[in-house]
Amino acid sequence: MNWKTFWALFARDAHVARRNFVPLLLQTFLQPMMFVFIFGRVMVRSGYMPDSYKSLLLPGIMAISMIFTGVWAVAMPLIGEFQFTHEIEDRLLAPIENSWLAIEKVLFGAAQAVVAGLAVIPAAWLLLRPVELNLLSPVTFAGVTLLVALLSASGGLALGCSVSQTQIGLMFSMVLTPMIFFGCTYYPWSALGSFPILQKVVLVNPLVYASEGLRGTLVPQFPHVPVLAVILALVVFDTFFLLFGLRQFRKKAVT
Amino acid sequence: MPAGIRTQELRKVFTSPPPMGATGGFGPVRKRKDQPAREIVALDGLSLDVRGGEIFGLLGPNGAGKSTTVGILTTRVRPTNGQAWIGDYDVWAQQVDVKRLIGVVGQRPNLDFTLTAREILLFHGAYFGIDSRTRSTRAAELLERFKLTDRADQLARGFSGGMMQRLSIARAMMHDPQVLFLDEPSAGLDPQTRLLLWEIIREYNSSGKTILLTTHNMEEADALCQRLAIIDHGRNIALGTPAELKASVPGGYLLRVRFGSHSPELIERLKRLTGVREVRAQTHDDGDSGVDIYADRGGSLVSEVASLTSSAGVELSDVNISEPSLENLFLHHTGRSLRD
Repeated sequence: MNWKTFWALFARDAHVARRNFVPLLLQTFLQPMMFVFIFGRVMVRSGYMPDSYKSLLLPGIMAISMIFTGVWAVAMPLIGEFQFTHEIEDRLLAPIENSWLAIEKVLFGAAQAVVAGLAVIPAAWLLLRPVELNLLSPVTFAGVTLLVALLSASGGLALGCSVSQTQIGLMFSMVLTPMIFFGCTYYPWSALGSFPILQKVVLVNPLVYASEGLRGTLVPQFPHVPVLAVILALVVFDTFFLLFGLRQFRKKAVT
Repeated sequence: MPAGIRTQELRKVFTSPPPMGATGGFGPVRKRKDQPAREIVALDGLSLDVRGGEIFGLLGPNGAGKSTTVGILTTRVRPTNGQAWIGDYDVWAQQVDVKRLIGVVGQRPNLDFTLTAREILLFHGAYFGIDSRTRSTRAAELLERFKLTDRADQLARGFSGGMMQRLSIARAMMHDPQVLFLDEPSAGLDPQTRLLLWEIIREYNSSGKTILLTTHNMEEADALCQRLAIIDHGRNIALGTPAELKASVPGGYLLRVRFGSHSPELIERLKRLTGVREVRAQTHDDGDSGVDIYADRGGSLVSEVASLTSSAGVELSDVNISEPSLENLFLHHTGRSLRD
C-alpha cells in the first residue's frame, strides 16, 4: 500500500472540492434548509404541526443531507469521468492498485458527508430553535454518523460505477427520491404502524436505518428502531455496497 | 540499462465495445440480452520486442490494434491470452511496479478539467511521490518546454486541442518515466507544434528512455522511429527500421493504374517492361479493374504503360505514382492503403 499516492489522490479531491465550495454548499444545503423552513417553521408556527415535530424532523434532515452529499460526491464524478471526460485515467495510472483509488473516493465522500451532516445541526437549529436534542451517548452518535457517511459514499461508488450517463435522471427519480420519501426521514418508522406491509417493505431501504439511527442517538425521546439493530443493519449495508462498488469499479477501470 | 517492452502472443477479444481509440467511434453499443455478444478480435497473437532505449513505432490503419496494444501495456486493458512485460515486470501481474515505470499519453484528452495546467503537473508528480520542491521545479520546466507558461495558471478546460495535447505529454513526462507511450501523439497538432514534439521526443529518448508511439502517419514514423512494426488486424506483418522496411518493397516505386478491364496477357506484357518487379491485378469496388505495378522507377514508366494499354485496346482512367514510402510497404503487405 502506497500511502503517499493515496494521500495525493485525497488531496486532489479536496482541492477540487475547495474550488467548487459555493456550488457544493448550495447543492447540499439549499433543499434541506427550505424543507426545514417550511415544515419546521411555517407549518409549526401556523399550527398545522405540533411544536415537537421540529425535533423529530432534524435527524431526518441530517440523514438526507448526508446521504445526498455522499452519493453525489462519489457517484457524479465517477459517472462523468469514466464515461465522458476520462479525467480519472491519469489517476488510474498512478502507482497504486486501482481498488485503492475507489477506496480513496469513498473515504473522501464519507468525509464530505460527515461535514454536511454536522453542519446541518447548527443550521437547522438556527431556523428551528428551540430544538430539544438529547445527545445521551456521543460515542454512539459518532459511530452512527460515521456508518451513515460510509453508507452514502459506498452507495455512491456502487451507483456511480453501475449507472450510465443517460440514466442519471432516472437514478434520481427512481432511486434517490423514493429512498428519501420511504426513508423514515420526515416521520419515525413507528408511524408506519398502520401500514404493516409498507412498514416491512421499507426495511430494504438503507436510509431508514440512517434516519432511525440518528433519531435514536439525537432525539431518543421519540419512538425509534433500537440503535443496536440500526448499527448492525448499517454495517451490513456498508459492507455490501462497498464490496459491490469495488467490483463494479474494477470492471470499469479495466476493459 | 533502460527498460524494454516485450509481448508474447498477445490476443484480445472484446465482447463489450472496445476502447474508443480502438474503434475510432464513440460511446457504448447497447447489446440485447437475447443476442450473443459480438466478438471483436482486436489483437490476434501479437509478439513484439522493443529494446530498451529505442523509439519504436506501431504503424497501422484505424482498428489495427495499436491502441489495444498500448492499453494492455499500460494496464488498462486485460489481455485475453498472452503476456506482456515492461522491463522485468509482468504487466498484468505486477501492475503497480509497471505503473511506476511508464508514462502514458492517450489518444483522447483526459486532463483534469477542474485543475489548472500547473496543478495538473503538480498533482501528477504527487501521485508518484515526488517531493514538493522537485515537483514545482520540474512542472515549471515542462510548462516552459511545451510553451505553456503563459497559460500555466488557467484551467485546462479552456485550452485548445493542441494545448491539451502538449499538456498531456508534459504530464506523462512529469515523473520522468523509463518508458513513454504516445498513442497518436501528433494528431490534431499544427505542423510547427509537431516539429516541437518530435524534437522533445528525440531529446527524451537521448536521455536513455524507451518510447513506443503509435501512428498512422508515415512521415512521422519515418522521421522519428528507429524501428517500426506494421500491424494490421491485430497481427504484426512487418518489422524493421524504416529504411529496411522500405527496401523490402520490390523496386520501391508504385504505380497504381486503373482501366476498364484487363487480361492476363496485358499483365504479362506489363511485367516484361524494364524495371518492373511485380504486377498485381486489382478489382475495385466500383467494378473498375486495375493493376499495382511495383518498379524501381516511377514517372518514366508511365508513357510505356500508356502505350502498352492503348495497343491492347484498353483505356486508362487513372495513374498514380508514389515514391518509395511506408505507404507502399503497407499496401504491398496488406493489399490495402493505410488510408482506406
